[in-house]
Formats: sequence, C-alpha cells, structure tokens
Amino acid sequence: MTPITALGLIGRTSLGRLAALGRISRFAASAFSHMIRPPYYPRELAVALLNIGWLSLPVVALTAVFTGGALALQIYAGGARFNAEAVVPQIVAIGMVRELGPVLVGLMIAARVTSSIAAEIATMKVTEQIDALVTLSTNPMKYLVAPRVLAALLTVPVLVGIGDIIGILGGYTVATKTLDFNAAAYLKNTVDFLELRDIISSLAKGAVFGTIAAVMGCYYGMQSGRGAQGVGRATKGSVEAAAVMILAANFVLTGVFFSL
Amino acid sequence: MTHPMIEMKQVQKAFGSNEVLRGVDLEVAKGSSLVIIGGSGTGKSVALKCILGLIEPDAGEIRVDGQSVGRLSGQRDRDAFLARFGMLFQGAALFDSLPVWQNVAFRLLRGRLARPRDEAREIAIEKLRRVGLKSDVADRLPAELSGGMQKRVGLARAIAAEPEIIFFDEPTTGLDPIMSGVINDLIREIVVEMGATAMTITHDMTSVRAIADNVAMLHGGKIRWTGPVSQMDDSGDPYVEQFISGSAEGPIEAVR
Repeated sequence: MTPITALGLIGRTSLGRLAALGRISRFAASAFSHMIRPPYYPRELAVALLNIGWLSLPVVALTAVFTGGALALQIYAGGARFNAEAVVPQIVAIGMVRELGPVLVGLMIAARVTSSIAAEIATMKVTEQIDALVTLSTNPMKYLVAPRVLAALLTVPVLVGIGDIIGILGGYTVATKTLDFNAAAYLKNTVDFLELRDIISSLAKGAVFGTIAAVMGCYYGMQSGRGAQGVGRATKGSVEAAAVMILAANFVLTGVFFSL
Repeated sequence: MTHPMIEMKQVQKAFGSNEVLRGVDLEVAKGSSLVIIGGSGTGKSVALKCILGLIEPDAGEIRVDGQSVGRLSGQRDRDAFLARFGMLFQGAALFDSLPVWQNVAFRLLRGRLARPRDEAREIAIEKLRRVGLKSDVADRLPAELSGGMQKRVGLARAIAAEPEIIFFDEPTTGLDPIMSGVINDLIREIVVEMGATAMTITHDMTSVRAIADNVAMLHGGKIRWTGPVSQMDDSGDPYVEQFISGSAEGPIEAVR
C-alpha cells in the first residue's frame, strides 16, 4: 500500500463516517419534528413507556446494586493504602451519580432497548409491514419512531436517577455490613457531599443517552437490508453504534458540566 | 373524455446499476382488473410501489385518476391519495403486535378516517366475515393464523376502508391450490361487487385467468405485451407463449 492509497482510505472512511453521522442527525431531527406535530399515537407511546421504562427497571437495579457494592469495596481497599478509608461514602456517591449511574444504565439500555427496537423495526421492514403502514396512510416516523424516542427521552433519566439511588444503597450496604461504617454517618456524608450540579448532570446524561439509544435502534432498523441477515446486521450495528455514541457523549457532557 | 384510473408513462427506475424499469407504459381503466405477469425479479413489485409512492421513479410520469403522483406535496395530500388505495402484500404484512381485528380496522382506528372503537371493530368483523373468517379470529394475533388465513386477513384489511383502487402483490404465492382458488374467487368477487379498479401481480396462470380483465407482461423492464385475457392464448408473442406454457425453451433465459 502506497502512502497515497493509505491517505485515500483514511479520507474515504472519514467521509463515510461523517456522512452516516449526518444522516443519523437528520433522522433524529425528523423524529423530534414528528413528536410535536399531530397526529399523535398515545397508545404507541404508552407501550413504549412500558417497554423502555418500566420493564428495564430490574436490569437497571441489578446493575446499579452490584456496581455500587463493588465500588465501595474498591475505594475502601484503595483508600486504605494512604489511610483514607473514610472517603467511601463521598466517592461512591460521586462515582455513581456523575459517571457510573448514567453510563452503565445507558449501556444496559443500549443492550436491552436499542437491540429490541432495531430487531423489531428491521423485521417489520423485511416483512413489508413498514410499506403496509405507509399504504394505510400512517407515517412510520410518527407511528414507530417518534413514540419510542420520546419514551426513551422521558424514562431513561428516571431510570438513571433510580440507578444512582440503588447504587449508593449498594455501597451503603457493603460499607455498613462488612466494613464497619456507621449507617447514619454514611448517609449524612453522602447527602452533604452531593451537589445539585451532580444530580442535574446525571439526569441530563440519562436524557441524552436514552435519546441516542432509541434513535440508533430506530435508524438501523429502518435501514435494514433484506432477510434474516439484514435484521441481524441492523441489530448488531445499532447496539455497537449506540454504545460507542453513549460513551463519546458521556465524555463530552462530563467536559461540559465539570470542566467549564 | 374519460381518463384511465391509473396511467404510467415511460416510467424508469434503477437501483444502482440495475435498471429494473426501462420505460413502462401502462393504463388501467376505471373499474377494470389488470394482472401483470412476468418472471421473478422483473420489477413487477417495483412498478406497484412506484404508483403508491413507496419508491420514487427516476423518470416518467404516473397519474392516478388524472392527478400526477409526483406532484403530491405535503402529508395531507399524500394521506388523501393513499386513502383511495388498499393493498394486499405478498406475505400479508400484518402487524404482528396487533390482534387481527385491529389490523383489519387499522385505518379506521386512527387518522382522517378514524371512527369510534366499537364501530371500527364491527366493520372489521364484517370484513372478516366477507373473506370467510369467523368472528372468533378477531382477537387472535396474526402469528397464530395459518398462511391462508393471514392472506384473508390481509385482504380484509385492504378492503376495510372501501378503497377505489386495490393492489394485490402475488396473492396466491405460498398457498396450496385449493386455498389459491378460494383467494382468487374472493378477489374477483370483491373487486366486482365494490366496483374497484384492481391491479394484481402474479406468476400463477390460474390466478391470471380467474382475476384478470386485461393482462400485461413485464419483461426486460418494459411491457412486452398487453391485451384482454381472452386474447392471451393467441398473443403471437413468443415471450408470452413461453411464460404461459411454462417452457424452459424460448426467448426468456431460464437462468436468471
């Protein structure tokens, strides 16, 4: 490979990625514009709220409780090296609320919700159900995409908030049951240490990650190729893209909230 | 002067380097039934989808009841346009998250044709009865039905809002001969009793003879032959003759 062909390859790949990002942004903008214009489909929204919000609670709770517990153990062990074991409640709170809560919930949503949205919409596309919707005077962007994106935008911040609380409780349980922390002092330290900005950033990240997860699921589903292989590719692509974009967005948002 | 219900003029469509339609000219008179025949992959579905606006043609003009499809602008125009159509898809394309009756009444439950739920359900059950299904299938999910029953439900959905134009995409593919006969008869009866204009895609010759007033053969991206079904057997066109007889010998290459 000559240097010129290598440059060409880099250029083409970058252009391709940017073009895809542009198409996804346009897709997202269209989804939002359909959210605010009638007709609305309240039934679809209700189903999406149930699927994305309520039914994700168990996996979010389990993820958060184990992460919070492990975090407490690590901070205790790490802090012990320089006699700073007492910072467990503060660091667990900061770690869960600022980073681990939103990121892990976001990734679990990408695994659970993005994949199922992509597979469902891709199957509908492959079996001509999307075409059927259009012939029945129903816009798929309005009927399928807008309710799912709106539901994720509304419920994922709530899930993140719940995840934060359960994560802190996981840390609290480990610290008070096995590390001999005083229960009342632990909770007081946690509450005193957290700032409003920590909580707002956590929920804002949840909203952004939820939107990314739903948009990627819908976008890849709608772009699906033919057959079972097409559905498989759409599902895989959507989860990959959602996970990477959630992590990238997390970096940007952390920068915006905490270093400006 | 009366104009045809559906009119295609020099319609072209290519997917990448694959030229599927290379200038299709077609007319369907109001209230008549046209069947398009042709081998797999000759662009029959693409032609139908161009008329519905599901696929945008690269060139040419399509008119429905004198109105140019390409000039429809805005959601309202498109809704009004699509409200005149019903379509039966090849795999029935039923929404598998909705029970049968909500599939049939889909159009009647939302949008500009929305009616009260009870009324929509009654209409759905009546349409199900029209296609030979009992009311007990109304609350089942599409996945619980056999292929023939799914086709019937798809047919009921296509006629639920009393469309003026009905499209049938391979209505008998995947069905046994007896069920095919039943579906063919149903299509014929329904089209006649509703006075609808019908366009059907198929490569099932029994279907053609049962459904068609007129036949058009699509080959090589163009209409090879068109005429009344009564003249199909002495068309004098070697392509049509080969297709009707199902012979491997002839101008149509058997390996596609």
